[in-house]
Amino acid sequence: MLPKGRDIIDWLIQKYNVSEEESLHVGGMLVKYGYIYPLKEPRSLVLRPDESPYRFQVSRSSPIQYVYLDTIYLAKKNIRKQGELMEYEKERYSVLHKRINHTWDFVVMQAREQLRASKQRRKADRIVLECQEQAYWLINRPPPGVHNVLDVGLERPNNFSARVTLVSGFIAFIYFLFVKYSEQYLNHDPIMQGCLPSNPWISDDTAHWTMNADMVPTPTRLRVERWSFSFMELLEDSMGRREFMTYLEKEFSAENLCFWQACEDVRHGESSRIVEKVEDIYKNFLAPGAARWVNIDSKTMDKTLEGIRHPHRFVMDDAQMHIYFLMKKDSYPRYLKSDLYKNMLAKAIVPQETKKSVFPFMRRQRHSSPSPAQAATQAEDGQAKGAGQADIDRIFVITEINRRTQLRCLS
Amino acid sequence: VLNFKYRGSPLIPEMATQEVQLNETLAHLKTESETLKSKLEEERAKLHDVELHQVAEKVEGLGQFVMKTRRTLKGHGNKVLCMDWCKDKRRIVSSSQDGKVIVWDAFTTNKEHAVTMPCTWVMACAYAPSGCAVACGGLDNKCSVYPLSLDKNENLAAKKKSVAMHTNYLSACSFTNSDMQILTSSGDGTCALWDVESGQLLQSFHGHAADVLCLDLAPSETGNTFVSGGCDKKANVWDMRSGQCIQSFETHESDINSVRYYPSGDAFASGSDDATCRLYDLRADREVAIYSKESIIFGVSSVDFSLSGRLLFGGYNDYTINVWDVLKGTRVSILFGHENRVSTLRVSPDGTAFSTGSWDHTLRVCDDCYFLSNLTTLQPRVTFLVTSCNVCCFSLFFFFLSDLGLRMRTQRMKW
Repeated sequence: MLPKGRDIIDWLIQKYNVSEEESLHVGGMLVKYGYIYPLKEPRSLVLRPDESPYRFQVSRSSPIQYVYLDTIYLAKKNIRKQGELMEYEKERYSVLHKRINHTWDFVVMQAREQLRASKQRRKADRIVLECQEQAYWLINRPPPGVHNVLDVGLERPNNFSARVTLVSGFIAFIYFLFVKYSEQYLNHDPIMQGCLPSNPWISDDTAHWTMNADMVPTPTRLRVERWSFSFMELLEDSMGRREFMTYLEKEFSAENLCFWQACEDVRHGESSRIVEKVEDIYKNFLAPGAARWVNIDSKTMDKTLEGIRHPHRFVMDDAQMHIYFLMKKDSYPRYLKSDLYKNMLAKAIVPQETKKSVFPFMRRQRHSSPSPAQAATQAEDGQAKGAGQADIDRIFVITEINRRTQLRCLS
Repeated sequence: VLNFKYRGSPLIPEMATQEVQLNETLAHLKTESETLKSKLEEERAKLHDVELHQVAEKVEGLGQFVMKTRRTLKGHGNKVLCMDWCKDKRRIVSSSQDGKVIVWDAFTTNKEHAVTMPCTWVMACAYAPSGCAVACGGLDNKCSVYPLSLDKNENLAAKKKSVAMHTNYLSACSFTNSDMQILTSSGDGTCALWDVESGQLLQSFHGHAADVLCLDLAPSETGNTFVSGGCDKKANVWDMRSGQCIQSFETHESDINSVRYYPSGDAFASGSDDATCRLYDLRADREVAIYSKESIIFGVSSVDFSLSGRLLFGGYNDYTINVWDVLKGTRVSILFGHENRVSTLRVSPDGTAFSTGSWDHTLRVCDDCYFLSNLTTLQPRVTFLVTSCNVCCFSLFFFFLSDLGLRMRTQRMKW
């Protein structure tokens, strides 16, 4: 049952016992404020006293959802129109991009999914949804020059027929992502699927830990596979990071990863060394004619250079994020397709499952391992000049890998 | 049983009437906000067509898991309150009511370091990412960092560095990505970020209306947020840079004792005194699942996910550990073993096991018992083994008998 413009006006006359003129005025306000939206000519928010169909608007979502829905809507439009957005839409899109940068993949995925799902809908439903969306955003994000009627109301529980709402499809998609994530990581979860060659806690054999240590000549297959799950997985594994660095060196873009690591060091390092580290970064990566100059857009560069005058822990954040996403979108996918990665995957070992001992009640000897505190102490002793009392600063030791990579970057 | 949780301010006689009036207004406002809240939930529910377990219907069920204790760490003289894993996947730091903080190699069950804090009820402890230090605190309102020295003669307490200072007890602490910064939560209702080197306060987080009991750092790419849970039944997500609360969730019916991020960083689980665990999604900005059972009536003290996020482990005040299927919402295992309430639970960094600490003075490292799943491969061997043993035994027996018989005959002949 689709109310027509005429029906709405008649209803208002009856409900409020008012004249046609007043009812037209009130009805017009309802459309203007988004309580009701037209299915014909959705860009013209007017109540027509004729056979034009209208519909009631859905509830507005929470602020966070709103940001996502807005971004997804623009992403869809961007995809559909292949980048031909209106100027104010483009601006809004880039603002949103910065705001939820870290879940951008999710947004693009959802936008594509919605476009695909809409193609499968009945034409009538599709038109309704498109009009609904268009009207919604017209009011919530009006084009420049159009009077902005903020604060759309919530009410008007509406159509019971095509339960198509902006929000519930979104929620179902999120649930789907949970399922996908657990499927992807299932084989990597030792409690669920066991681990090869055996779980050390059960078999008392530390082979699993030895094979997956930071520095091994050949990594395990599961470990190399994991690098392909996300860019973060690759960077969090010291060996993965090293391999990626080797790849970038071949591509002559290793300065990006070096820059990112130097920024991480600023963010997580000692407060007392922030100024010194920021200066180093400027000298090596940002100054005009720098040895390892990184390619950042002019706006971010200006902002960063301004911030460097009064360095603080987060001064490199914008630039770091820019380079991170550059690597993620560009170098990382290429690395996964490269021979370097494919060879690594091919020669990666798949450990044999340890045969269960015939007498399972016999316990193996449990070997102890060197404490990380000891390893760090030895590294420090190797460097320390005079003998000195064990100092509180000893604990602030950069790991061997980072140190080596940093030296590589600065050499 | 010591109860620190903030319940209300003491009444000063002169201000009694004012206080009563204020309380009445507050009560009225509270009922109004409750009504609005339930109305909002009603509207939300209308939009919320689908549940997580419905979407997960096609996913293969898990069947029954059998969990087994692999190590028991004995050494604390009193209730174990907190524990944390080292990044080397085998070492653990634990703290207890009597002020002792112990570092164990859980694999061998050897104690490697022990520190006695100057206060009792050390409710928070954390291992530094480098493995070279531990942080702890409790009733002393402070968080102190102890570098781990391997010199047996050296007194660890001498090297102690006081980092955080709160105005009430320390409930939780965690190092951020490096040894240089610590995040703390306190009974004074705030969280704070500290610089370890200088002891300087970098950022404070205000927003909870009562004690903050737990926190967890997000594993996200930008690494800038964390979640906290408190006695005000709220779970808040904070931006570490600005100190702002960016999201808040209030669906629990009692104190939130534990919060833990889902491995992807897009959601987090919470455990509460209302005997439920709940899953909240940050993108959907809502609660997406409740893990509860009518037979479970005791509060949850601690929660953590398995590596893939498919399993949620919960340590309960009724001495048990319940394991939940995150997607389907069902319980897949229950583990008995502790003789008093489970106060802390963490899955190891590589997900090979999980550890629990309890008021029964012990810590346990537990795992899935693969016996049942591997029974089919074991059975032929077992049968072969049993048969061969039997054959050996009988043959030995007959040999022995015949030997005895031979000897007796020889003996008789001798006579």
